[in-house]
Amino acid sequence: MTEATAPLETKSWHRRHILDVDDMSPEEFETIFRTADAMKDVLARPIRKVPALRGQMVVNMFYENSTRTRASFEIAAKNLSADVLNMTASASSVTKGESLTDTIRTLEALGANIIVMRHQLSGAPYLAARHSHAAIVNGGDGWHAHPTQALLDLYTIRERKGTFKGLRAVIVGDIRHSRVAHSNIWGMTRLGMQVTLCAPPTLLPYGLEKAGGMMPEVAVETDLDRAIQGADVVMTLRLQRERQQSGLLPSVGEYIRRYQVNETRLKKAATDALLMHPGPVNEDIELAASAAGGTASTIDRQVENGVAVRMAVLYLISGRQSEL
Amino acid sequence: MPAKTVMNQEDIRRTLSRIAHEITERNKNTSALVLVGMQTRGVPLANRLAGLIQEFESVEVPVGALDFSLYRDDLNRGNFNPQVKSTDIPVNIDGKFVILVDDVLYTGRSTRAAMDALIDFGRPKSIQLAVIIDRGHRELPIRADYVGKNIPSAANEDIRVKLMEIDGRDEVVIAVVEDGS
Repeated sequence: MTEATAPLETKSWHRRHILDVDDMSPEEFETIFRTADAMKDVLARPIRKVPALRGQMVVNMFYENSTRTRASFEIAAKNLSADVLNMTASASSVTKGESLTDTIRTLEALGANIIVMRHQLSGAPYLAARHSHAAIVNGGDGWHAHPTQALLDLYTIRERKGTFKGLRAVIVGDIRHSRVAHSNIWGMTRLGMQVTLCAPPTLLPYGLEKAGGMMPEVAVETDLDRAIQGADVVMTLRLQRERQQSGLLPSVGEYIRRYQVNETRLKKAATDALLMHPGPVNEDIELAASAAGGTASTIDRQVENGVAVRMAVLYLISGRQSEL
Repeated sequence: MPAKTVMNQEDIRRTLSRIAHEITERNKNTSALVLVGMQTRGVPLANRLAGLIQEFESVEVPVGALDFSLYRDDLNRGNFNPQVKSTDIPVNIDGKFVILVDDVLYTGRSTRAAMDALIDFGRPKSIQLAVIIDRGHRELPIRADYVGKNIPSAANEDIRVKLMEIDGRDEVVIAVVEDGS
C-alpha cells in the first residue's frame, strides 16, 4: 500500500472558498486528491458526466486572459452538470468602472453559486470572498497564488511518485513573479517535500531570508547545474520577456545559457525525475523543446489532471453551501 | 440506551445463504448475472453472495463496486460526505441482470442514486436490489427484491450492519440516537 492509497481518516470538509493552499492541512490536500481520484474514474467512463452540481451555476470571471485555466474550469463544471457562465472583464461593466464588489453582487443576484476568479491584482479574490455569499475559487491573482494549479501539480507528483515525503523539487525561473511557484512552495513544503529555488537573484522573491515568516523554509541556488543535481521534480516556469525590458535580466540569451532546462541538464536530476511546467511553454527559452517532449515531461498530464482536480475542488466546496 | 444486537454472525451467514438461493432461483440464467455492491458495506456483501452462488451453482458471478456520491440529491442539504469512493464495474452490464447489493434500505434515495450511477455504465436487462435490512421510512417508490430481515424502526433509531471485512465482526445492531448526537 502506498502512502497515497492508505486509509484516509478525514470525514468532513470545512472550507468554503479556495483562495490559496498556504493554510491547507495535509488532510485537506489528501481529501482533494482522493476526490480527484474519483473524478479521474468519471473521466475514464464513456459518459464523462455526473449530476453532482446539477442546478448550480459556476461563473468563470476572468479579469486576465487565460486559455487552459478557464477551459479546464469550464470542462470541470460541465462534467459535474453545473450551468456555466463565462465572463471577461473586457466585455463587462468593469470597463465602465464597476467595482469588484458590485460585480460579485451582480453575479450573485444572477444566481452564481461558485465564482472562479482570475484577477491581475494580488488579493482580489480575498476581497471578493469577504463580500460574497457564493464560493470563490482563486483562478490566479497577480503574483500571489494559483491554488488549483498547485493542486494539479501536486496531484501529478502524487500520481507518479506515490508519496511526497523526502522528494526534492527544484523550481527554476521567474519565481518572484510566479503565482504558480508561490502556491507550489507552500504546498510542496506542507506535504514534506524539500524545495530549492533556482533563478537569477533579480527573479527571486523578497524576504526569503526570513524563513518561517512570509515564506516556508526553502533552499536557494543561483546555479542550475548545482540545483538540479539529484532532483526528483524539476519545475520550470514561463519567462515573461518583458522582464528583460524592465531590467531584471541582462539578456534572454544569457538566461537561456544559465537557466534553460534541457536534456543535458535533466540528466543530472534523479533518473526518474519529473519535468513539470504550468504552460504555456516558451519553447527553447526556459525549456528546450526536446526536453518538453521527452519521457520525463508531465506537461500534458498536468493539463489532463487539471480537469479532475478542478472537478474535485468544485464538488467539495459545493457541499458547504447549505451552511452559509 | 445501549445498542441491541438483532442479528449475529450466524444469522447473517444464514440470511446471505438464503438470498443467494433466491437470486439463483429467480435468475435461471446465472451466466448473465452481475453483482454490484453499493459502497461501502454493499461491496463485501456482494463478494460474499458471489462466493455462495459459486458454491451452490459452480458459477463465477462478476462483482463490481459502485460509489454513488456524485449522484446524490442532498449535496446541499447538510448531509455532505466528502469521501467519494471508488467505482469499479469490471464487465459490460448491457443486457445483464444486475443485482445491486446494500446493507440497509432506508429512504430509498441511495438506491435511486445508485441506479442513476449504474445506468451511466450501460443498459442492464434488469436491476434488482438485495439488502440485509429493510428498516422502512421510504421516501421514494422503491422496494427490495431480496430482504434479509425487515426491521420496522423508529426515525430516532440507528441500525448498523457490521461486517468482518470492515468492522472486524459480523452483526446487526440497533440503538436509539439521542437528540443532538
